Amino acid sequence: MAASLIRPEEAQRIWVWLEHDGTSLEGVSLELLAKGRELADRSGEGLVGLLMGHELDSLADEALGYGADEIVVAEDPLLEVYTTDAWCDAAAQVVLEKKPNILLFGATPDGRDLAGRLAVRLRTGLTADCTDLEIKTDEPALMLAAEVTGFGGGVAAIIACKENRPQMATVRPGVFRPALRRSHGEEGVQSRCPVRIDPGRVRTRVLERRIGEAVDITKAEALVVGGRGVKGDFGLLETLAGLLGAELGASRVAVDEGWIEKDRMIGQTGSVTRPKVAIVCGVSGAMQFTVGIMEADTVVAINSDPEAPIFESADYCVVDDLFSILPPLIRELENSR
Amino acid sequence: MNPASNNGLRTIVCLKVVPRPEEVRVDAETMTLDRAGAQSFINPPDLNALETALKLKDACGGEVSILSMGPPFFEPYLRLALAVGADRAFLLSDRAFGGADTLATTYTLAKGVEKIGAFDLVLCGEESLDGATAQVPPGLAEWLDVAQVTCALEIEKVPGKREMRVQRELKGGSETLSVDLPAVVSVKANVNEPRFIDYDRMEWALQEAPVGVWGAGDLATDPELTGLAGSPTTVAGVRQVATPDRRRKHLSGSAGEIARALADLLRTQTGSRGG
Ligand SMILES: Cc1cc2nc3c(=O)[nH]c(=O)nc-3n(C[C@H](O)[C@H](O)[C@H](O)COP(=O)(O)OP(=O)(O)OC[C@H]3O[C@@H](n4cnc5c(N)ncnc54)[C@H](O)[C@@H]3O)c2cc1C
Repeated sequence: MAASLIRPEEAQRIWVWLEHDGTSLEGVSLELLAKGRELADRSGEGLVGLLMGHELDSLADEALGYGADEIVVAEDPLLEVYTTDAWCDAAAQVVLEKKPNILLFGATPDGRDLAGRLAVRLRTGLTADCTDLEIKTDEPALMLAAEVTGFGGGVAAIIACKENRPQMATVRPGVFRPALRRSHGEEGVQSRCPVRIDPGRVRTRVLERRIGEAVDITKAEALVVGGRGVKGDFGLLETLAGLLGAELGASRVAVDEGWIEKDRMIGQTGSVTRPKVAIVCGVSGAMQFTVGIMEADTVVAINSDPEAPIFESADYCVVDDLFSILPPLIRELENSR
Repeated sequence: MNPASNNGLRTIVCLKVVPRPEEVRVDAETMTLDRAGAQSFINPPDLNALETALKLKDACGGEVSILSMGPPFFEPYLRLALAVGADRAFLLSDRAFGGADTLATTYTLAKGVEKIGAFDLVLCGEESLDGATAQVPPGLAEWLDVAQVTCALEIEKVPGKREMRVQRELKGGSETLSVDLPAVVSVKANVNEPRFIDYDRMEWALQEAPVGVWGAGDLATDPELTGLAGSPTTVAGVRQVATPDRRRKHLSGSAGEIARALADLLRTQTGSRGG
């Protein structure tokens, strides 16, 4: 194994890349700060947030309040909007200067884009789409045990990166609960790390950005979820969701078929949700899906196949055609308004 | 880096063969995955990447090469890609490449790209169905030291310039980028309708066309950087995931009765506006 640019014995602290839109931090970054704090306390390491961008003063102040011991700010006009080259150059400079032991990213489009490239530049390992993180203090060097759910039913693999640093991982939104704002006086300290970006090395230019209302199903109190069984029509599910004040969610198949927006995908590639109740219609219940409803208080499953594994993960099981159950259910709820 | 190409785009499509997820079994005793019984197929997003490459070739000319890393049984699948419309195919196959994580995989693929020669564009599917890390395209771009775009929805060549216009998916939206060539671009699943096999190409593709098979010696790869040896990450263990403790109560009766029971349940569970 060729060595990473950073040696284990010089690496220190747990770092979180803080993603933001210029005014507020991404939900998944707050979730990683919460988990990072827990790992830091368990191992006696410090927790650092890495904030990159341009003119970040107010955001940097804001970021101090979520449990990090230190917020490291890297600013440059070329970091005004995300481009792979500028951000990877800057991130690599900070990492080589500060030598993190663990470096965590949200598995968002930009987080995956950056982490994948940075890991190769640093010649280190990256575990993608983790469903849990743990720290092992009994190893010779502090080791991150990153869990990913693999193929087939019921197994998760624990991935370790023993000799290369930083130990990098991406984590899907919703896997951990977000950090809460700390009271005044419990905030971390702020520092700056100068970076130098060569504009000649930035090989992509953003011409236009169109950001709509992003749905965030990780915060929904109730979810109505459809899979392949809805056969392309989320109409009934939408009506039901409206009556319950619920958000729509979907399996990967429903998203891949183009029936509904990707932001609504539940599971390993999608989001981990924590609703009070999830009504899951026409989803078979593959493990990559069920990891996304594991934290729901109550799960109702409607599936015409009595053998469908989803019933293993449900509190209330309805073995029937969703198209014969949903219309009378909608009528019942409408009548009792 | 590469001489300017006036004769269309030289595109390389990275393609992987994956087992059908629903057919992979877990051996509970050894805690390993048994892929032997599983049927394999071309990773679906890679077919979207191939279609993108063929469309670009239709529009600007040039040639499309297929590049894959894997065991010899991948070869017939590469021939299918030739039958669909690709011009050349190369398989990186060597025991020394086995057990590679993304760092070692991307290093090996980059050596393959370099051996194919000058290129304008490397296209990949956004992620593989089995690994699903989406980390290969960025890693490959880094080894090759070229521009990268992930999650591309649309790709267009800018006429007269060594430049592409790419629309990329973002959280809750998209962005349009201008991208210097050469570049590595990963294509979102389902962005296009992959074309069928061209029956006029079948005989050539399945029998005559040479598929270059390159091993570690051909690529002059550093043994420290390939396969298991070149992979910083290791599987430290597997764990049976407990199914959550659920009530698993069956509601039965007529559709009307079930609907009523569910409505009662939901009214208490959600404190719904319906109640
Ligand atoms: C690495 C990796 C990551 C993945 N990540 C995710 C992820 O994040 N999220 C995810 O969802 N999947 C994910 N998957 C895919 C997952 O393995 C399954 O393929 C997927 O969840 C299946 O979706 P589905 O249940 O909608 O479709 P199917 O498995 O086809 O199930 C459809 C179900 O609908 C039922 N049905 C059909 N008609 C009706 C009807 N009229 N009424 C009632 N029931 C009906 C059927 O009985 C069947 O059980 C991933 C896979 C891999 C390999």
